[in-house]
Amino acid sequence: MDECAVLIVSHSPRLAEGVRELALQMAHGVRVGTAGGTDDGGVGTSAILIADSLRSLLQQAKSVVVLMDLGSAYLNTMMASEMLDSASRARVELADAPLVEGAVLAVVAAAAGEAAAEVRARAEEAREMRKII
Amino acid sequence: MPGSAEIKRFIRRFAALIDEHEKELTELDSAIGDADHGINMRRGTQAALERIETPADATPSDELKAVAMALISKVGGASGPLYGTAFLRAAAATAGKDTLDKREVAAMFAAMLAGVQERGHASVGEKTMVDALEPASQALTVAVDRGEPLVEALQAALAAAQAGSDSTIPLIAQKGRASYLGERSRDHRDPGSASTVLLFQAAAESLADG
Repeated sequence: MDECAVLIVSHSPRLAEGVRELALQMAHGVRVGTAGGTDDGGVGTSAILIADSLRSLLQQAKSVVVLMDLGSAYLNTMMASEMLDSASRARVELADAPLVEGAVLAVVAAAAGEAAAEVRARAEEAREMRKII
Repeated sequence: MPGSAEIKRFIRRFAALIDEHEKELTELDSAIGDADHGINMRRGTQAALERIETPADATPSDELKAVAMALISKVGGASGPLYGTAFLRAAAATAGKDTLDKREVAAMFAAMLAGVQERGHASVGEKTMVDALEPASQALTVAVDRGEPLVEALQAALAAAQAGSDSTIPLIAQKGRASYLGERSRDHRDPGSASTVLLFQAAAESLADG
């Protein structure tokens, strides 16, 4: 089983896929899932879809670190984690990080075999990164 | 005392009010949000209507849980987890009861408020649904504790919800998508507070019978 998988949660299905695409360029072999949009493909987030993605990734990796875009992505990811059994919930970490840079850092750390806590910490370093030097 | 029939009426009335006010809720949300509050709430409450029609022997708690699941699965914005959690907590607070006395109705709304605050971490003054929900729940509890009949207590809650929603107009948003607008969020009513007024209007019109 992989040590850590990464889940991208976004209001936009296309944005989630795009972030995944970018992140995978940096590190191969890491399982990166997406949960973007609502159950009818619209813009928004769905606790049900997020929970489904978490369960699927937890079958393939010991833990999952989640990257989220705006507000309700976080609220729904919290709801989704509450829908899991407590053992599964303990294997999920939420990264308090910007979506794109956080996802890239998370995937790099996961590819190095880091465990969830470390992957999350690496992702959160994105908060300190400047874009224009 | 309200029971399953009154809860059904309450949900039907809430759904009807959301439907009636859908455009207005979306307009409020288009001024300071992502323009989907009316659409989202309509989708969620219509799904809730379907789920509460069957089965016939559901308890108030079963019905409230069904509403929660409809909102969680069908409302794509923050209102999904917020109202969804509110109704889940309402279901938990009313578990095992076939009818609710007025204290239990007040406790149900207090549980809804606690759920919304735990989920969203908002306080009064941040330009959210809490600005309507907290004063409404408190007014209901105070009126019930004073011995007022449920019908009047719910009217007091509705009035407090309306005043709370009015109070959001001058505020700068501290939470949610509107918080990205900063100063530009001033002079607009918070849409979540407006749908909360409709929740209490539905309650005032439906829960005092039975």
